[in-house]
Amino acid sequence: MAETNKVIMLGNEAIARGAYEAGVKVSAAYPGTPSTEISEYLVQYKDSLYCEWSPNEKVATEVAVGASIAGTRAMACMKHVGFNVAADPAYSVSYMGVNGGLVIVVADDPGLYSSQNEQDTRMVARAAKLPVLEPSDSAEAKEYMKLAFELSEKFDRPFVYRTTTRLAHSQGIVELNDRQEIPDKEYIKNIQKTVMMPGNAKVRHAEIEKRHEELAEEANTLPVNRVEMNDTKIGIITSGIPYQYVKEALPEASVLKLGMVNPLPKKLIGDFASKVERLYIVEELDPVIEEQVRSWGIEVTGKEIFTLQGEYSANMLREAILKETLALKAPAKAPGRPPILCPGCPHRSVYYVLNKLKLHAAGDIGCYTLGAVAPLSVVDTTMCMGSSISTLHGMEKAKGKEYIKDWVAVIGDSTFLHTGVNSLMNMAYNHGTGTVLILDNSTTGMTGHQDHAATGKTLQGDPAYAVDIPVLCKALGVKNVAEVNAFDIAALEKTVKEEIEKDEASVIITKSPCVLLSKAKKPLYTAHRDKCKKCGMCMKPGCPAMTKGADGTVRIDDTMCTGCGLCESLCKFSAIERVKEGER
Amino acid sequence: MAVKNIMIVGVGGQGTLLTSRILGGLATLGGYDVKLSEVHGMAQRGGSVVTFVRYGEKVAEPIVEEGQADVIIAFERLEALRYAHFLKKEGALIVNDWRIDPMPVVIGAAEYPEGILETLKKEHKVYVVNATEESKKLGNPRVFNLIVLGAAAQHMDFSKEQWYEVIEKTVPQKTIEINKKAFDVGYHL
Repeated sequence: MAETNKVIMLGNEAIARGAYEAGVKVSAAYPGTPSTEISEYLVQYKDSLYCEWSPNEKVATEVAVGASIAGTRAMACMKHVGFNVAADPAYSVSYMGVNGGLVIVVADDPGLYSSQNEQDTRMVARAAKLPVLEPSDSAEAKEYMKLAFELSEKFDRPFVYRTTTRLAHSQGIVELNDRQEIPDKEYIKNIQKTVMMPGNAKVRHAEIEKRHEELAEEANTLPVNRVEMNDTKIGIITSGIPYQYVKEALPEASVLKLGMVNPLPKKLIGDFASKVERLYIVEELDPVIEEQVRSWGIEVTGKEIFTLQGEYSANMLREAILKETLALKAPAKAPGRPPILCPGCPHRSVYYVLNKLKLHAAGDIGCYTLGAVAPLSVVDTTMCMGSSISTLHGMEKAKGKEYIKDWVAVIGDSTFLHTGVNSLMNMAYNHGTGTVLILDNSTTGMTGHQDHAATGKTLQGDPAYAVDIPVLCKALGVKNVAEVNAFDIAALEKTVKEEIEKDEASVIITKSPCVLLSKAKKPLYTAHRDKCKKCGMCMKPGCPAMTKGADGTVRIDDTMCTGCGLCESLCKFSAIERVKEGER
Repeated sequence: MAVKNIMIVGVGGQGTLLTSRILGGLATLGGYDVKLSEVHGMAQRGGSVVTFVRYGEKVAEPIVEEGQADVIIAFERLEALRYAHFLKKEGALIVNDWRIDPMPVVIGAAEYPEGILETLKKEHKVYVVNATEESKKLGNPRVFNLIVLGAAAQHMDFSKEQWYEVIEKTVPQKTIEINKKAFDVGYHL
């Protein structure tokens, strides 16, 4: 089938398509915004390749490395903070090189749409001596995947393929091509290259420095490092999405557009710099290109006029470079609308109980991070995946077991399997007495419902063994393991009180599936104004489906209500009632 | 043709991603270059959500800059207010007359602004649609966004047949008819 039609594709869809066309045989990933959809789109090609959700990014990267050693093209996908988890294999596979082409796709999040920090993957990749490609729209997203695999094999280097939220979640026109069938490379045992013990790694280090130099030389003539000569008053070096802002704001300027951002093409940049009157470097986040160019004695303008934070825009460049004063209207004063737990979310019920018991929670990464904000206000800490349990343990070791009697750790099921297991093992092993709540909604919620090792299904849709979380906790050495329905607030309150009192580690698994997976017919609950005493009890958990009318009585928005019944269980006056089946 | 800048604003969960797929499909069908930018992830959990759609001969950046939107389609009043300053002087603002209280309002930490539509009408060309109510009449409150799109269609560059074609290609098979009906309701308002 010769597909040559043009279609509109999300950046992440184009990356998946690029991987497919490049003949990728194995892909492994852990969900993380803005990288998640790559795997979700890739799975449509499962007849031609294998793809999986791994429990974390370190595992995913190692799976990809294994596939590369075996001689096939392989990739791993993750968000920027996931690359930290994968850092251990990433730094060392950099020394090993590849057999089949190997690409690690890493998605940065300038502007922090859905992340805990704004780190710049180009910095991490530089530290690991990994070359980096960066596309600037969906069409390039697809083509650069193919290029990444070609260069990976040609230079024997694993490649980092960097995207950002704006690229990952933008759509653009892509021209489809057929899949290249790449013959597997033969595996030839060569422990000097694949066993990274000191004697071998020492030799490999010298080797990869040489390869890096060769690649830097090649970068000078690589077509994706492209000079667009125009008016020479202003010259701009840029890459990725900022290139589009440059084209929008400064169509007359000369541009050196870098498709490969590590290593940099020194000669090409020097030539370009010599031809323009004033040279700017436009890059979001850290001054990665700027600092290197400056170190070569080339005069540039960069972060002294551009911010280190957030996303750029064409308007920002018009103001900073062209010194235009834009006659923009000020935004209207409007109350903010921060993200919240969905109506019917089982986390709300759990947090209602923890809030009632005046407990602090060491939190973790997921939808349930939203328990930090009013009116639930339970979560005190959120740092990184799996950190809730170990943070609580550290508090106990600092201040003693009495100190954490008004603390718990909260962690979701997918996050627990990602890196929480090690933390719980540590708590049990080192005589911790903390109480850990595993908020088990049977999915990876925040990123949009991906399966994991305890859901009983794989990314490719095959049935799989579902990890038995209670049994796993016991096997780690936790004697007290309780399971409670997340919406049974009486039972949950009782269990939490009991387990906190114990001088041993406890796990309470609160079970109830993510409400977004429910397809209940509406309306589900209604509030009777005549019976409502305006006491406000039902409003305490902060359900967005509930509002107060002008007279102070409660209304339930029947387009939002999902029928969890939490409000009904809190109303002492029977003013909230489930709508009977026949009346829906 | 100069690049046309459209924005869809609303509350996470209101179906902005579906509408952006429809607009993307339309621009492609019309033979334009097109770029769209969406919000996924945490901001979708009941937060303020904005989608940018740009089509024309050649589109560079995927976002709409402040002061450059030709059309803003707002699924909720407060979100219309929040993004109205993105409009061009002659831009059109299509607003679904619907209120969803953000959490600061629910817990009493902020007030939902009064008279949003009147405020907006002073400065912009505002077209108000009662789409949520109209969709309930159709028996499916979830198709309200197609009613809003129908009303917005008057301000874009596509024929009714093109809209139908893309709706058929984009929405689930079972809901094609009701979505087309919803589009009609908005189109004839």
